[in-house]
Amino acid sequence: MAAVTLTATLSPARRRRRWREGLLFGLLILPNLAAILVFSYYPTVYNVVLSLTDWDFIAPAPVFVGLQNYLDLFASPEFWLVLWNTLVFTGISVGGTLVGGLAIGFLLSRRLRFSGFTRTITFAPHMLPGAAVGIVWLFMFDPTYGLSRWAFGLFGADSPQWTTTSDWSLWAITVAYTWQRLGFVAIIYYTAILDLPKEVFEAASLDGASGWRLFRGMTLPLLSPVTYFLLLTGIITSAQAFDIIAVLTGGGPGDSSSTLTWMVYDEAFSQFDIGTSAAAATVLFLILLVVTVVQTRIAERKVHYS
Amino acid sequence: MSVGLPLKAPQTSPQDPGTAPAAVAPVAPVPAPTRGTAPVSRRPLWLSVVQYALLACVFVLFVVPLLWLFTSAVKPEADIYTWPLRWVPTSLELGNFVDAWNSAPFGRFFLNSIITTGVGTALEMTCAVLSAYAFAFVEFRWKKAVFILILGSLMLPGHVTLLVNYITVANLGWLNTYAGLILPGMGSAFAMFLVYQQMRTVSAELVDAAIMDGAGHWRRMTTIVVPLCTPMIVTGTLIVLIGKWNDFVWPLIVTSTADMRTLPIGLQFLRSQEGYTNWGAIMAGAVMVAAPMLIVFFIGQRRIIGGIAAGAVKG
Repeated sequence: MAAVTLTATLSPARRRRRWREGLLFGLLILPNLAAILVFSYYPTVYNVVLSLTDWDFIAPAPVFVGLQNYLDLFASPEFWLVLWNTLVFTGISVGGTLVGGLAIGFLLSRRLRFSGFTRTITFAPHMLPGAAVGIVWLFMFDPTYGLSRWAFGLFGADSPQWTTTSDWSLWAITVAYTWQRLGFVAIIYYTAILDLPKEVFEAASLDGASGWRLFRGMTLPLLSPVTYFLLLTGIITSAQAFDIIAVLTGGGPGDSSSTLTWMVYDEAFSQFDIGTSAAAATVLFLILLVVTVVQTRIAERKVHYS
Repeated sequence: MSVGLPLKAPQTSPQDPGTAPAAVAPVAPVPAPTRGTAPVSRRPLWLSVVQYALLACVFVLFVVPLLWLFTSAVKPEADIYTWPLRWVPTSLELGNFVDAWNSAPFGRFFLNSIITTGVGTALEMTCAVLSAYAFAFVEFRWKKAVFILILGSLMLPGHVTLLVNYITVANLGWLNTYAGLILPGMGSAFAMFLVYQQMRTVSAELVDAAIMDGAGHWRRMTTIVVPLCTPMIVTGTLIVLIGKWNDFVWPLIVTSTADMRTLPIGLQFLRSQEGYTNWGAIMAGAVMVAAPMLIVFFIGQRRIIGGIAAGAVKG
């Protein structure tokens, strides 16, 4: 009733105009919205449905099995190994890129000669296809003809069999992935450091703060929104790293370098076990969701927004 | 909002360590000879030495793998399978590229990559610009809700949607087709947000003046808004283009025949053809896959880094 009286107070011309604006909005937004609904939202929801079924792509329809896939998953030692691998891979690559990236970003902001060129080279790997980066590292890791033999040889040691032994395969993908992402984090920190308000630092150093104290007391807190952003997106992207794993180890040997993302792919497209793949994908989604929610909570309390 | 600007200041000013203006973070007006935060104008010698040494380390860390990629691609076999390691090729062996080109249909991979990247980028950027304009200039009651819905899709992990999207595409009969490769990646949230941020800075007077002249939305968009937002549209295009060229997992599952593979997947195919150990040819293949993006990056690096940083630092 209220709506009727509201629209009745508008002149017919204005009402027509508002209607036409709404229609135009719908038309402009339609291709984008449709693509996002069909290829992002719908699959996220339907994936949960698939995780409650048993299917192999061939049978006419998925068979409902309830929570069986999850129970099987939680009962299998492989799943826990994969989860542990994901934790190690994500933890080390995110931690490593944050610490290394902050150091490099800080160094690049010191206006040294050649730092412009170094900046370019640092960022370049992030622009390259992960498949190509994987190939380069695969060759460098080669224990007979690769750079690794030379590097370990400097210390009189033999190169480990990086990609072919289960003791080293997880390290191989972690090192290569961290290298590719490090420059990205460094450049973001570099930009953020140049953006920091100068006046605050001048005031602080007039008060006698300097060196490490200034860095810990001022720079780090002022960078915390960026750190928070990099932490969150870092976890989400490294938990989904795929191309480097595919090229370097293919998740092997055994499951030694298999992450949750690799498992989602492998179960569906090598084992044709759709239910298990969907269940693993749902676990991945829930983990990332929890990470996002927890971090947002912490950020609301702790992050310093200038 | 001055998106894209953060990098201009350091790049346009001279990179002279001695006289550069003190725009760097912790700046002390009085000489404070402590680690890391010495004043820019007067830096003790030992600190300069340490900083340059560290800079050199960073440079080596990133340049060595890149050099390894390019030198290995032109090394003759004798330079690859030898010890001690030869850093510089003794002769330039372009045969590696011929090998790679002959043992895998690289011409076809290139064509597929160019089509999927080109058409895909054009479609996604069209989506991005149209929706950014709608959000910035067209009135609609539930605009905010739609905006949150689109940006919220950035939070949905792509690997969770993989399986269902594969089933959708298979049901549509799009496996091994360009439609299957391209259309699922058409939706735009990140590039849309970048373009939207710049559209909001377009002055209202300019738009109002156009309305007075009787220009409809289409005229306003094509003659005022889009030209003024070209910098961010170019930035978005470059970022989207690189992402599509490098895409790995989607082309991997949605194509199964060699004639529909894109370059990154073709590289894996080449490895299987070359028995995994003919490093010269494999590295030549990797160069062919990587070089186009390196060129794009070196040409457009200021815009690319600016856009990515704008999304991170200001967003």
